[in-house]
Amino acid sequence: MTLDKLLVIAAALFCCGLYTVMTRRNAVAVLMGVELILNATNINFVAFSFFLNRMMGGQIFAVFVIVLAAAEAAVALAIFLRMFSTTGTVEVDAADQLKG
Amino acid sequence: MIRYAYIIPFLPLLSFFINIAVGKRLPRKGDWLCLGTIAIGLAMSIGIFYEVFRAYDPNFRYHVVFPWVTVGDRALFNTGILIDNVTAVMLLVVTIVSTLVHLFSIGYMHGDPRYSRYFAYLSIFSFSMLGLVLAESFLFIYIFWELVGLSSYLLIGFWFEKKSASDAGKKAFIVNRVGDFGFLIGILIIYATCGVMGYDQVFLAIGEGKLSGTLLTLAGIGVFCGAIGKSAQFPLHVWLPDAMEGPTPVSALIHAATMVAAGVYLVGRVYPMFTPDAFLFIAYFGLITLFLTATIALAQNDIKKVLAYSTCSQLGYMIMGLGVGGYTAGLAHLTTHAAFKACLFLGSGSVIHAVHSQDIQEMGGLRKKMPITFVTFLIATLAISGVPGFSGFYSKDMILGAALEFGMKSANPLHMIFFIGALFTAGLTAFYMFRLVILTFFGGPKDHHKFDHAHESPPSMWVPLVILAGLSFSFWYSGWFGTLVQKPMSVANLAVISAPAKVATMEHAAVMTSDASHGSSPAGAKQAQAPSHGTSAPAETPHAAGPVVHGESHEGASHDAEHDAHIAHTAHTYAMYSSVAVGTLGIFLAFVVYSFGWINPDRVVNAVKPLHNFLQNKWYFDELYEATVVNGSKALSRGLSWFDMHVVDGLVNLSAQLGVFASFLVGKFDDYVVDGAVNGLASATTGSGSLLRRLQTGKLYHYVFVLAGGALIIFLIKAF
Repeated sequence: MTLDKLLVIAAALFCCGLYTVMTRRNAVAVLMGVELILNATNINFVAFSFFLNRMMGGQIFAVFVIVLAAAEAAVALAIFLRMFSTTGTVEVDAADQLKG
Repeated sequence: MIRYAYIIPFLPLLSFFINIAVGKRLPRKGDWLCLGTIAIGLAMSIGIFYEVFRAYDPNFRYHVVFPWVTVGDRALFNTGILIDNVTAVMLLVVTIVSTLVHLFSIGYMHGDPRYSRYFAYLSIFSFSMLGLVLAESFLFIYIFWELVGLSSYLLIGFWFEKKSASDAGKKAFIVNRVGDFGFLIGILIIYATCGVMGYDQVFLAIGEGKLSGTLLTLAGIGVFCGAIGKSAQFPLHVWLPDAMEGPTPVSALIHAATMVAAGVYLVGRVYPMFTPDAFLFIAYFGLITLFLTATIALAQNDIKKVLAYSTCSQLGYMIMGLGVGGYTAGLAHLTTHAAFKACLFLGSGSVIHAVHSQDIQEMGGLRKKMPITFVTFLIATLAISGVPGFSGFYSKDMILGAALEFGMKSANPLHMIFFIGALFTAGLTAFYMFRLVILTFFGGPKDHHKFDHAHESPPSMWVPLVILAGLSFSFWYSGWFGTLVQKPMSVANLAVISAPAKVATMEHAAVMTSDASHGSSPAGAKQAQAPSHGTSAPAETPHAAGPVVHGESHEGASHDAEHDAHIAHTAHTYAMYSSVAVGTLGIFLAFVVYSFGWINPDRVVNAVKPLHNFLQNKWYFDELYEATVVNGSKALSRGLSWFDMHVVDGLVNLSAQLGVFASFLVGKFDDYVVDGAVNGLASATTGSGSLLRRLQTGKLYHYVFVLAGGALIIFLIKAF
């Protein structure tokens, strides 16, 4: 198990997440894509922490990101609930009020 | 007393201010205040005259000067008072007549709606006239000169509701302005050359030769122009008869006794500066006036108009008297005339007050109804006609004598015309004055209604008449007047003579300006009286200077003087006899025509109808001036108006149109360039905004795509 393989896994995961965010119309699916991106980042944090300086900073940072992702998911889901109750849909294309 | 002389003018000024401000609220509307101040002035004038008379010195002078306008240490203009014998007499004349006219006005103006204002105006007049008399410089006499003109204007137009009165006021003012302009030019010539204004300083400067020759003659004529205007001399005499529109006491005070005499006083005051040419000019104007206005007076039927023209004529006598060298004679006639003419005018006022008419053809027989007015009027008429024993005889005789003396001494035989004209006019004077008296007081009443209404005037009106009639006798004047009022030395003659004699000039000038105590030897005074104008000026001068003996011509001069004295004596004797004869003839003719009925006046008038019309219409002077001066200035005004309308307005309009055009251009620049820049900026902003807004799609994946694309680009840049 080397650092390279872990970075490739993380990059693949990031790309999957990005692809999900860019292509999916459902807001919940987009949120899931964001979770994938955050986890790809976590893998990078842990991998660099383990292979490069042997200190716990990166791994602790990964724990923070998980907590942050949970909070983010909570806030995002609350927004989706409100969106659904007002517009009857959670399609992100419908939420284009900020269009110029 | 003489030290307080400067108070005299200020008393009426004080009462003027009080009366104009609160006169209506004072008891009796303030007439007592004006009468009181002028009466105090009269008392002080009597005191001054007493002091002057007690000194009995022909060269008496009291001269106080203090600086008025100072620049740095230098006094530019001085003020002060000058009292010599002439001033003392004039002060007395002005205050006496003024006081009596104030008194007379209380009765005459009773019940007038502007009673207090009338007295205020009388006070401002008294102030100006007294200031004029006391003035010691050309500047101050000019200031007061204009002030008397103003008060004359105010009083002539006092009943300004009457159009004729307000017109007469304007006419008097404007005609006087013409003369005053000449006066101003004269003063400016003097000031420009001599640089001083005081009489003494100017005479000294002329004596030193700073101003001489033609320019001096012109300056003298300029100053005399002021006298032409104010003393109603030909050709500016037209205002005085119209001035009779004012209240009659005003006519007596201003337009008969005092103000019109100011011109004569002025000529007397500046007497030393006149050149022989200027004197001749003065004499001719006096002669023309005295003859012309006397002929007009023959054909007038308005009592005040007759008196007005006789005033002009008598003023002509004074001016001519001064012009022919009769300094004492002219000023004596001024003094005596003031008394008897004021008496005549106040008497006419009394008559007008009684019968409410000014037309002598509606009067007649008033002798019984108004005995006091009749007697006083008759005395004054005898005085003006030159009957011996009355004041007019004394002074007019002196003028005729001076004229004859001038004619006899003159190389030019034409100069006898002064005597002949004046003598003939003396007869005319007696004739028209007695015509007036006969038509007014003698015979039977022509208008019974008015006659029945007539009554004697109240005492406040006849007391002044009696006093003035009393002053119309000659014993008041004869003797002292000729001694105290003597001709001053001419500085004009001294200015043109040769160098050695100039020493004498300066010495003499020093004598002139010194105080009363100096240089008053009787011999010098007597020489000074010998007329020094004419052809023989250079020979006379050294002798006239008295103390300086000038070797070569001494004998000849003394012989000349003896010869001159002989001529003078002869002239005065002839003049006296002839004037008495002519005066008596005039009076006799008046009785023949208007009283005895030997000659019917209407037939005479019909026989010379064109001449009578000519005289009745005052030689058509008013019409002539209407046609030339008035219409001329109207035409000029119209021309100027046309110029204004077309040329000046055209220029203004043109510049306005240019402005409009320039504004149009600027407006276009503003619209297209400035606004274009502003609008262009705005539309560029909107345009770029509408382009950029397309980027904001609101689609989440677009943003994410841009985000990822951006990150990729940054990565690629970093990588290579």
